[in-house]
Amino acid sequence: MDLLAHLPALQVVVPMLSAPLIVLLQPRGLAWAGATAAALVSFAIALTLALAVLDGQTLEYAMGGWPAPYGIALSVDAFSALLLLVITGAGATALLAARSSIDQQVESERQPLFYSAWLLVLSGLVGIVVSADAFNIFVFMEISSLASYILIAGGPDRRALPAVFKYLMMGTIGATFYLIGVGLIYMMTGTLNLADIQDRLGDVTDINPVLVAAGFITIGLALKAAVFPLHVWVPNAYTHAPHMVTVFLAACATKVALYVLIRFDYMVFQATLEDHEIQFALFAMPLAILGILIASAVAMFEGHLKRLLASSSIAQIGYILLGASFVSMAGLSASAMHLFNHALAKGGLFLAVACLAYKYRDLRLNQLGGAAARMPWTCAAFVVCGLSLIGVPGTAGFISKWLLITAALESGPWGWGLVAIILVSSLMAVVYVWRIVEALYFQAPVDGEGPTSEAPVQMLLVTGFIALLNIYFGLFPQVPLELANSAAALLLEGSQ
Amino acid sequence: MILIFALFLLTLLVITAIAIVRTDDLFVAVMLTSIFSLLMAANFFILDAADVALTEAAVGAGVTTVIFLCALELTGDREKAREGGRWVALGTVSVLALLIIYATFDKPRLGDPDAPVHQHLAPWYLEKTPEYIDIPNVVTAILGSFRGYDTLGEVFVVFAACIGVLFILGVSPPRKNQPVIKKSSGLRHHLIPQVVGRLLIPFIVLFGLYVQFHGEYGPGGGFQAGAIIATGVILYAVLEGESEALRAIPRGVLLGMVIGGALLYGGVGVACMLMGGAFLDYSVLAADPVFGQQLGILIIEAGVGMAVCGALLAIFHAFAARERLS
Repeated sequence: MDLLAHLPALQVVVPMLSAPLIVLLQPRGLAWAGATAAALVSFAIALTLALAVLDGQTLEYAMGGWPAPYGIALSVDAFSALLLLVITGAGATALLAARSSIDQQVESERQPLFYSAWLLVLSGLVGIVVSADAFNIFVFMEISSLASYILIAGGPDRRALPAVFKYLMMGTIGATFYLIGVGLIYMMTGTLNLADIQDRLGDVTDINPVLVAAGFITIGLALKAAVFPLHVWVPNAYTHAPHMVTVFLAACATKVALYVLIRFDYMVFQATLEDHEIQFALFAMPLAILGILIASAVAMFEGHLKRLLASSSIAQIGYILLGASFVSMAGLSASAMHLFNHALAKGGLFLAVACLAYKYRDLRLNQLGGAAARMPWTCAAFVVCGLSLIGVPGTAGFISKWLLITAALESGPWGWGLVAIILVSSLMAVVYVWRIVEALYFQAPVDGEGPTSEAPVQMLLVTGFIALLNIYFGLFPQVPLELANSAAALLLEGSQ
Repeated sequence: MILIFALFLLTLLVITAIAIVRTDDLFVAVMLTSIFSLLMAANFFILDAADVALTEAAVGAGVTTVIFLCALELTGDREKAREGGRWVALGTVSVLALLIIYATFDKPRLGDPDAPVHQHLAPWYLEKTPEYIDIPNVVTAILGSFRGYDTLGEVFVVFAACIGVLFILGVSPPRKNQPVIKKSSGLRHHLIPQVVGRLLIPFIVLFGLYVQFHGEYGPGGGFQAGAIIATGVILYAVLEGESEALRAIPRGVLLGMVIGGALLYGGVGVACMLMGGAFLDYSVLAADPVFGQQLGILIIEAGVGMAVCGALLAIFHAFAARERLS
């Protein structure tokens, strides 16, 4: 058995088949250990895959041994490998840190089901990313969505339930839109394999169903990706979810939908529909700009720590979409890079939030006064990740913002305006990150409240490690940059 | 003739849908959704999708209705009054409906042999199935083997739904010696449903088994069979009371079916990999690749049936037991 050849399948299968086994691990702690082990194996697989496709080649896998359009094909290229790293990295990191936080938030007899759902989310998300088949993407979208509803509903916070219900409604509508689009495309082409759709769409003469399909698929995925103004489900879902779930989902869940959106658009529609790149730019750019500005403004006035960071996530989705909307090499590579860097920054921030939440019941900013004196390491990690979110030189966030600005300048006469928007929104990020820092470092503690010690060592170590990674990838961005560049090249090649 | 029947069914479907939206009595709404599913099943039958029709009838009209009713027992049967917002929803839905109708103007005629759907993959499936898999039902060949990975995914969707309900409704995982509270519920004192229901149950289960093992020849397979068998057991629970049904098939067994079914399917995939093929490449399971394919499909369908039946019953019990636990 040639292990490397099987890796694209194993990437999905390992977490997927571990999920039912985890349910059986009843005694306390065992479920966590099993899930963490499975997630770490997934991460190792993703790492191996990333190294294998670093030079721009694509790994293909024929499921069931059936050749591509007849069976289901998996394919891993630089773009998918980057996402795989983000998903499995976020899943494994959050799990590594999760134990004490989850013990606090989820009753121990429910934990096996919880960790099982966690692995299902993981396998669903990687399943979407490695799939080269439009319907298969839908199936894994269902797995990841259903399981993520479970995770978000998992905590002791009853407000999570209405939040999940809203998320469930929006998610279902998004998935249904996607499915309607895929149905229309199947009706016109008779195939579900993405590359095959691209080949056969060229011969379709009645183009209207395809146009409607493009619309439905784009809107459905935009809903799942929380593109402004379809983001209304995000703040509550992120805020009331168990803290470690927020770490995991905020780092990767919406990005996977964005990944499918970009891939579908570049690989299928732009190659076959006339002027579609202009339509895509006209659709994506205004929404991206509005999302960046409005969500950042909301974050500036938000008083709850998690809700603030959730708003900021919507703005960051805007950056990624903005890069993609340039339809250029530089723009796409900035987008792909920001997918990676934002996961690092936001994942780190939410990890620090989870550490704070372990000690503080109330995460409103005015309750967190003086936290830095009591939890110095947590707050230091928070500041580092916050700097990365703003895009300060020397952190990972700087790299992608720099690339984005370069791409904006290349994008035409409007370039300066776009640069101004990016700079203004970065200043807004300075404001909202500073508000948190001010609360943590400079406000007086609320009387009689507050912890006397740091979060558990395990959580703290993971958080600190992610903060350091934010600096490491700010100074040595070669590996993700190379993946992002090959991803951009592949996407542009696909759109020709 | 079939056209008139289809038009009649579709008109009824629209009327039912409007009635569901308009009523604010949730009990009525549940009954109407059940009728909607039944009409839908008839429609699928007209479109020659007998397997989908079977599932829709068992799940949509049967199991879901019962689960909805269990849920209503926990909440209430009146919709909370709400103002506004309806016009926005109505507008959005209308625009979308018009868009889809617009898209279908250019669609190929239903059943047109020149349509792209019938030109590309379908001929290959029809031509190669006898050669590679040698079973008469091509749909089973596609779902079980050519696109078996999707089916595996769907089994995990069912699995996710099951653990989701168990997790959120907080039914603790099964323990040994958990006493089943005997309580006289069900329709034991209603003679006619009792007699009729009791007569029906063996036939339902028998039909479920037939659908399970007949999938290679006619419409059928694990999803349908699992749903039909679950319907039979739920009927038993409705007649005899939930605790009686739980005594017949305890919770631990149900969860075991779900986990075992999912693992059985995935395990076949891994076994194929270990024996030198791709994941889910059943050809390597036996010396003769065609027999290997048949064997693989048989096993995975068994896994699907187990998982679906177990999941539906576990979900039903999670809802039905809720009242006693709280």
